[in-house]
Amino acid sequence: MAEKILMKGNEALAEAAIMAGCRHYFGYPITPQTEVAAYMSRRMPKIGGTFLQAESEIAAINMVIGAAAAGKRAMTSSSSPGISLKSEGISYMAGCDLPALIVNVQRGGPGLGGIQPSQSDYFQATRGGGHGDYHLLVLAPSSVQEMADLVFKGFDLAEKYRMPCMLLADGTMGQMMEPVELSERAGESAAKPWALTGTEGKRRPNIINSLALEPQELEKWNEDRFKRYDIVRENEQMSESYRMEDAEICVVAFGIAARVSQNAVDAARAKGIRAGMLRPITLWPFPEKALKAAADQCKAFVSVELNMGQMIEDVRLAIECKRPVSLCCRTGGMIPSPDEVLSVIERAAEGGK
Amino acid sequence: MMVFEKPKALTNAPLHYCPGCTHGIIHRLVAEAIDSLDIAGRTIGVASVGCSVFAYNYFNCDMVQAAHGRAPAVATGVKRADPSKIVFTYQGDGDLASIGTAETVHSAARGENITIIFVNNAIYGMTGGQMAPTSLPGQVTQTSPYGRDVNTVGYPVRICELLATLDGTGYVERVAVNNVKNVRNAKRAIEKAFRNQVEGKGFSLIEVLSTCPTNWGKTPEGALEWLDQNMIPYYPLGVYKDKFSEEAAK
Repeated sequence: MAEKILMKGNEALAEAAIMAGCRHYFGYPITPQTEVAAYMSRRMPKIGGTFLQAESEIAAINMVIGAAAAGKRAMTSSSSPGISLKSEGISYMAGCDLPALIVNVQRGGPGLGGIQPSQSDYFQATRGGGHGDYHLLVLAPSSVQEMADLVFKGFDLAEKYRMPCMLLADGTMGQMMEPVELSERAGESAAKPWALTGTEGKRRPNIINSLALEPQELEKWNEDRFKRYDIVRENEQMSESYRMEDAEICVVAFGIAARVSQNAVDAARAKGIRAGMLRPITLWPFPEKALKAAADQCKAFVSVELNMGQMIEDVRLAIECKRPVSLCCRTGGMIPSPDEVLSVIERAAEGGK
Repeated sequence: MMVFEKPKALTNAPLHYCPGCTHGIIHRLVAEAIDSLDIAGRTIGVASVGCSVFAYNYFNCDMVQAAHGRAPAVATGVKRADPSKIVFTYQGDGDLASIGTAETVHSAARGENITIIFVNNAIYGMTGGQMAPTSLPGQVTQTSPYGRDVNTVGYPVRICELLATLDGTGYVERVAVNNVKNVRNAKRAIEKAFRNQVEGKGFSLIEVLSTCPTNWGKTPEGALEWLDQNMIPYYPLGVYKDKFSEEAAK
């Protein structure tokens, strides 16, 4: 067993990417994900990998497209405004069925916003962000250990389903230090017969493309992609339950909001309220099955988010509006305190919103 | 005896280009360069957005289609993923000199070891003839119906001259394909741009002055003449930088 070392979230995810076999990183400076690029710039040249600081976020994501098209494990990282710029490339990547890892260490928005932690890109991430019908795999770490673990998972899932995967972190996850255990893991690295490796005169050319001018053909491409998404929805939902065995109030929170909410759940329990928490680890696919099961057991839900209320819509959809859902949120870089979450839990327990 | 034949690096797909458009000639020259260097099996092409978007159907090698203007960035990713591959982009003027200016300039500044074929026909062809970054002063287009007024929309961009100022740029030459002599010269330049990459030398870009009879409102023959009389004076042909020859001469 590897020893535990104290690392920043951003650095843990960068090292995990290298351990997962990623040798091609393309980025552009933006706070609060700067450490990822800095780490890669130190490490990649030593291991024969590529670190390239692109001229823009747009160029960086397109470099990822090139490396991914060539069959390599490639990644980029950025923060909210930079992800908006990458959205064009992400849409192309989805349309070309290219796997890659995109890290969003979220900060407050809209516009230039701020540099403090946020979860306000939830809609952007879970709905795709760019133009067209598509989804990303969206993974939400809530500890430094998960910042690393979900990188392995992300690359594997991306290649398995030929989808871009987004690691949706936030400024807290990126900046905080925690003990983390890192160990080399062979990726599942799926075969890539579609990759651009040169025909060597032995096969027909591979073409990676998202253009189909015939509407019937484009419809078919989209339908085929959504059949794959159905399989992802069926097989890849991930969540963690905390004190849910006999819970009447179900708190739903991811990332840093889940860390705060866990304390609030404990405080509620100490006051005799049967609270529990469901923490989505995959935001897309959203853990609908776990939520639906909780709706049979709990009388009310509380969605805790660092935005004006985005995931709450998915909570309502997952439980088919069978139970009331309250919102506890702070935004702009503010983080709700455990007391704030507790007071919303208490109101929900009393039957109010 | 020499028998003319279709280059092996072209597929059998019929080209979709308009009658009189010189994209077909340029495709052939690129394919001939690939054949003559015997690199088709390790070449990866990057198609762009514009009339040449379907280039992936015509070149007989692995191809990826890039977003508008982003081909040099995609090519950078492909090349960095495997430097033993020969990577080229095929881009028009709207793609390369307008929406993709940053990608163009910075791939050159990095001295990226790729080959860019830049087809300049002074107009947006695919969308129906709008003013391009390279449309000439006074040129009538769908979006400059009174002629390009440099006082309101500014001046054309001369890419070869611009890139020649960058230390990272290796080889930039402007050629044309409006007559036999120019086509032969273009063939030489394009082959050299690929050979530079094969030899690991660095960034090469060939600007090819090309026609758009449909959107210029000319006959195929009239378009060749218009190119000769209007484009070449504004975009003089020639080598704007050849760092590799200069280095070899030292």
